[in-house]
Amino acid sequence: MNARHRPAAPLALMAELTHRCPLQCPYCSNPLELLKVAQERDTEFWLNLIGEAADLGVLQIHFSGGEPTLRPDLAALIAHATARGMYANLITSAVLLNEDKLQALADAGLGHVQISIQGADPATADRIGNYKNGHAKKLEIARLVPKLGMSLTINAVVHRQNLDQLPAMIGLAESLSADRLEVAHVQYHGWALRNRAALIPTREAFEAADAIVAERRAALRGKMVIDYVVPDYYAAKPKTCMGGWGQKLLNVTPDGRVLPCHAADSIPGLEFERAGLSPLKEIWEQGRAFETFRGTGWMQEPCASCALKEVDWGGCRCQALSLAGNAAATDPVCHLSPRHEEIQRLAESESRADHREFIYRRL
Amino acid sequence: MMVAAAITRDSVPVLRRGVRRQFDRTRNCAILMAPERVIVLDEIADAIIESFKPAATVSDIAAGLATRFRAPAQEIEEDVIAFIRELNDKGLIVL
Repeated sequence: MNARHRPAAPLALMAELTHRCPLQCPYCSNPLELLKVAQERDTEFWLNLIGEAADLGVLQIHFSGGEPTLRPDLAALIAHATARGMYANLITSAVLLNEDKLQALADAGLGHVQISIQGADPATADRIGNYKNGHAKKLEIARLVPKLGMSLTINAVVHRQNLDQLPAMIGLAESLSADRLEVAHVQYHGWALRNRAALIPTREAFEAADAIVAERRAALRGKMVIDYVVPDYYAAKPKTCMGGWGQKLLNVTPDGRVLPCHAADSIPGLEFERAGLSPLKEIWEQGRAFETFRGTGWMQEPCASCALKEVDWGGCRCQALSLAGNAAATDPVCHLSPRHEEIQRLAESESRADHREFIYRRL
Repeated sequence: MMVAAAITRDSVPVLRRGVRRQFDRTRNCAILMAPERVIVLDEIADAIIESFKPAATVSDIAAGLATRFRAPAQEIEEDVIAFIRELNDKGLIVL
């Protein structure tokens, strides 16, 4: 066993205020079993949590969901986080916002708004989000964000059914004066795993997208940053999921459970403490779910003797579970995993499937 | 491939919208807070950003720091330009 020492303070808190969302994206990262409004925590709970997180050293708070703007107390929560020295980020579909509401969030101290787009044109985007006029509404709100002095990130979620629009989506982000564009290939958890055969791109399409991003990133240097999240089924090395389990981030679900990552709920046998019942500091430092995969002590081979074990921390635990059937296994996207080739074959074969229909995310 | 915007002695650097400089009491260091990012600032980096003022050019900033740290102005100016270029590439500073 590794010597136990206290983990460094967390940097970020993901506050999933609600699972409710007007959009029905088939790759939603929320769990398949969505929490209902009656299970959501009240304003006082979130205010207390924000205070505890600030005391613990959290610097960044991400208001997320579901759709966080469904919560009437969002501005109050942002104001409290800002007053406690945290940087407030909002991850939103933007379709429920208007100028007055956005102004109120800016006045509360919101620093950054991340708006997702589902495509470059309304027909494609509205079909994927299954929400009429959503795309037009998103663009209207996106244009207001820089005008109100906040940083704008456009989050373009890409997959087989919109990857051909990547150049247009990059152009769209530029035309909206975005400070940053995140081109995020769908990650196959939750709803996305269920819809994988309709979403996963071919290797050729992925490689073409890679080249486009590299070219545009160089051309836009100093103007718009492009962050790129690769579809890790086609990668040779696993991603450093969450910056390491229990090392940087806390995720709090709409019903107040504290998770090391938003998908950790999918791992059977893990139990999550509730904020408000135990001190957040104690949950972070000693909570069982955090301790289970923190550091390297839990690792099996080939991770345990790998030179990169403290670089990628064995990849994603949720993916190890969903693809290899064991959350403590090496993430099968790693070329050293015994399941690696099988996963790549699966990805290639699904990517060529003639499958367009989505199972939409619904409460 | 296009070349990034040139940074000269006459450039006026400012923090990009949504970027803030503050002190982190937990870790006892100066930081830059940006969308989904925290950048730890060492003493010089913090002093450079502290010197950003409306209409303050790179050479104004370097001259002020040269006096404050009793260092050669030329050397400081090179450091300031390199630092600003790096943060401009990261989308944290605009010119």
